[in-house]
Amino acid sequence: MSEVSKDNWVQVGRLEDIPRLGSRVVESAAGELALFRTSDDQLFALLNRCPHKRGPLADGIVHGHRVTCPLHNWVLELENGEVVAPDVGCAPSYPVRLDGDVVYLSLEPAAGCSEKSAA
Amino acid sequence: MKERLVLIGNGMAGIRTLEELFKLDPDKYDITVFGAEPHPNYNRILLSPVLAGEKAFDEIVLNSREWYEENGITLRTGSPVMRIDRVGRRVITADGGEAGYDRLLIATGSTPFIIPVPGAELEGVIGFRDIKDVELMLAAARQYRRALVIGGGLLGLEAANGLIKQGMDVTVVHLMESLMERQLDQTASALLKSSLEADGMKFRMEAQTAAILGEGRVNGVRFADGSELDADLVVMAVGIRPSITLAREAGIYCERGIVVNDTMQSFDPRVYAVGECVQHRGQCYGLVAPLFEQAKVCANHLAELGYGRYTGSVTSTKLKVTGIDLFSAGNFMGDDSTEEILFQDPAGGVYKKLVLKDNRIAGAVLYGETIDGAWYFQLMRSGTDVSEIRDKLLFGQHHLGDSGHGGQNQASGMSDEAQVCDCNGVCKGDIVKAITGKGLFTVDDVKAHTKAGASCGSCIGLVEQILGSTLGSDYSVPEAKPLCKCTDFTHDQVKQAIREQALTSVRAVFDKIEWRTPDGCHVCRPAINYYLLAAWPEQAEDDPQSRFINERVHGNIQKDGSFSVIPRIWGGRTTPDELRAIADAAEKFDVGEVHFTGGQRINMLGVKKQDLPAIWAFLAERGMVSGHAYGKALRTVKSCVGSEWCRFGTQDSTGLGIRLEELTWGSWMPHKFKMAVSGCPRNCAEATIKDFGVVCIDSGYELHIGGNGGVKVRATDVLCRVTSEEEVLEYAAAFTQLYREDANYLERTAPWLERVGLNFIKERLVDDPERRRALYDRFLVSQQRSQEDPWAARGKGEQAHEFKPLKQIGV
Ligand code: SRM
Ligand SMILES: Cc1cc2nc3c(=O)[nH]c(=O)nc-3n(C[C@H](O)[C@H](O)[C@H](O)COP(=O)(O)OP(=O)(O)OC[C@H]3O[C@@H](n4cnc5c(N)ncnc54)[C@H](O)[C@@H]3O)c2cc1C
Ligand code: SF4
Ligand code: FES
Repeated sequence: MSEVSKDNWVQVGRLEDIPRLGSRVVESAAGELALFRTSDDQLFALLNRCPHKRGPLADGIVHGHRVTCPLHNWVLELENGEVVAPDVGCAPSYPVRLDGDVVYLSLEPAAGCSEKSAA
Repeated sequence: MKERLVLIGNGMAGIRTLEELFKLDPDKYDITVFGAEPHPNYNRILLSPVLAGEKAFDEIVLNSREWYEENGITLRTGSPVMRIDRVGRRVITADGGEAGYDRLLIATGSTPFIIPVPGAELEGVIGFRDIKDVELMLAAARQYRRALVIGGGLLGLEAANGLIKQGMDVTVVHLMESLMERQLDQTASALLKSSLEADGMKFRMEAQTAAILGEGRVNGVRFADGSELDADLVVMAVGIRPSITLAREAGIYCERGIVVNDTMQSFDPRVYAVGECVQHRGQCYGLVAPLFEQAKVCANHLAELGYGRYTGSVTSTKLKVTGIDLFSAGNFMGDDSTEEILFQDPAGGVYKKLVLKDNRIAGAVLYGETIDGAWYFQLMRSGTDVSEIRDKLLFGQHHLGDSGHGGQNQASGMSDEAQVCDCNGVCKGDIVKAITGKGLFTVDDVKAHTKAGASCGSCIGLVEQILGSTLGSDYSVPEAKPLCKCTDFTHDQVKQAIREQALTSVRAVFDKIEWRTPDGCHVCRPAINYYLLAAWPEQAEDDPQSRFINERVHGNIQKDGSFSVIPRIWGGRTTPDELRAIADAAEKFDVGEVHFTGGQRINMLGVKKQDLPAIWAFLAERGMVSGHAYGKALRTVKSCVGSEWCRFGTQDSTGLGIRLEELTWGSWMPHKFKMAVSGCPRNCAEATIKDFGVVCIDSGYELHIGGNGGVKVRATDVLCRVTSEEEVLEYAAAFTQLYREDANYLERTAPWLERVGLNFIKERLVDDPERRRALYDRFLVSQQRSQEDPWAARGKGEQAHEFKPLKQIGV
């Protein structure tokens, strides 16, 4: 079975592999991606690198559809990686799809936040 | 269809209620506002600077007409309500308009009391309440020369000051022998009077107005003793009366004001009331701070959240006369049960008086130097025990030798370039700009927008001062702070709910006490998780997702996302075997650096998250356990070599240190908790800056509590002396347990002790052996579940998902 399909969806695991209000890391050629699961069982993926000082977002505390970075408490929207005001910045986000309980991740970042602004 | 909300009174309290409501539920109601005045809501407090020519009217507008539009509010200005029809649930205005309501909010404020003497109705006799009054005064100042202000209180003096600034010749008539007798004692009052006299204000004290003279327009006043004074303008500032006619005529129960309960409801539950028109628990208020608190509670109930309670306010006063610094709060006169401490420098024009009751501030009057007013007020409201700082209290907060608050006293004199927050490099100018530019009112706002005070927090005092000096009297020190933005509950209320309702999971807390957010946030979740474990050590479910990463994975996260590994070294004594184990681990896992810590342990830095379980398993096999250097937990017990080796040692400090650590390791705490045992009073283990310290003495052990190093160093207080190691252990555990049960999350023992007072702790530990024993027992119960080594468990595979990537793709 090929891991990467034509449209770039990769099967990464099952829903139960990620704790509610928790996160797991997927290592990819593009760098570490953080895969989050919220309390309403939605999944989101961001580049695992806080736009502030590169804090590992997967180690943050998830609340609502947001995550708080473990290093200096910036808060990011999981849906699009935007930093919550008054701080500014964004982390690239990646589409996630749930098929039954199988999780697929796209390695093509969603439009909106360029890598550059996240660095 | 939406429910209809009608607000009568387009003033400060009513509109603040709507603003608070919009924060909670912006779309709940169709809202109609009726205002008697022709203006949108403005800041009534700033009428005095407008009168004095220091501000223009449009600078004091709080909500523009666009604001009403944007929020979908129907605004009827210049349209006083004449009648409330409670049966038909509608209000009827003077011009015959009407509006139906499902809920009604009355915020009609108050009206100036006009003394009913002959002539009171003459032209040129006015109160000081709204823009119309200010316009009349400004017009009079252009045309006439002599003004008379009746009433030497806050409002009267501000009016008189403004009229002098407008070029009038002003006499203040006061019934009492001293000015502002409701806020000031005689000394402060006399100081105030002489500096106002120096500005040209004249006084007629102990004078009772008998009649106002003139035909058509006022031309003078006659006093009870028969004497007369000429005047072309008379401003009555002798007090206010809650505007309750409307409510009373509608059959709503009123006494002095509209009587409301703790949820701001009148006797008709559909009818709410807030502001100066209200009487709550027998009190009517005439300052904005309490009205804003009422507004918040009222909004909470209008949004049908149903948990806010208003329980009354403590208020403080400042006089807004430029060049005069005056502050007053609480029971400033004192009585038989109080003591006072005084500072007087008549030449320098400075007077300070603090009234103390049971070692707590009960009231304060400051004149000439008021910069510490906010601090005293905060100490007063929080009921802080000041016995320890009593001798330095009057010199102000900056005299406490606290580096973090060092610049405090200069807040207003600081230059814009002066750095306030050393952690985030924020200067005073940045803060002032954010406050004025973005309309900030609270320390939390400033933190969010500038980051000042958002890190170590030691500059918060200074930020508060800057807020105070930038906003003037608009800024009031908030009372009990809610735990975080997700709730209105305080730490204490949350703890109480957890205990009383036997809540054992974070989710249960959110469900039972109505959190505003679905899963809380990074501030409240860790706090609640701790409170649950502390209250129900045997039942509570520990929630890893509610722990900060360090506690979740049992290592300290570093700036590059790697982790540090600090094994426990009991009491600070190690062995060649342990050292070898550490050396082998460091080599095997190729750690970045090995470092001796400040707490007598050894730190291996730069370990990758994936490698943690393996290095822990390796150390566990060699007999080492987690050092908890990452947790809000018992950290280290430091010791010196003591009587075993040292020529001065009086007791076995190393052995005792080890026993203490064996007793307490693994225990979760509100904040980190450190101990030390020194073998003699030379104190080489620095026991007197630890949360719990033991100094061995010839006759036994001296026990110390409440010290820490850090930003704000605090030396310990002595708890007591004991004679055996067994007693030391019992006291240590009992003290720890008291702290665990009573302190707020993230409150270390030093600030906790300063808040509750040393006596609070002594009463429970020293004076009451039964209570001490009970605390000790509860500590042991809670330790049963905490003394499992988290490292060994994870070395064996527990929580493996925390450490392993879910997947590796193409790497
Ligand atoms: C590792 C260590 C420095 C060292 O290499 O020596 C250390 C490292 C940190 N300290 Fe410390 N402190 C260390 C001993 C101390 C000491 C000395 C002591 O324990 O005797 C103090 C002063 C004593 C005290 O606590 O009162 C100390 C006072 C602080 C403070 C200020 C605490 C306060 O109440 O004001 C903080 C900030 C905080 O906790 O909020 C802090 C916070 C930190 C943090 C956890 C900051 C953070 O959140 O990342 C540092 C982690 C760095 C890291 O990379 O792991 N560290 N820290 C020491 C570990 C001791 C151990 O063996 O467990
Ligand atoms: C000159 C001055 C200086 C002050 N300085 C300070 C200070 O430094 N610090 C401080 O804390 N407080 C100060 N205050 C007090 C503060 O302004 C009041 O406590 C606050 O404005 C009261 O708010 P409120 O909403 O209850 O009443 P208001 O703000 O008076 O609002 C009530 C509104 O209801 C309207 N109204 C009344 N009846 C009807 C009706 N039947 N139909 C429609 N509308 C009606 C009124 O016209 C008014 O606009 C000062 C007050 C004055 C006058
Ligand atoms: S003093 Fe403590 S917190 Fe500061 S850099 Fe050193 S280890 Fe880190
Ligand atoms: S690195 Fe994320 S907040 Fe600083």
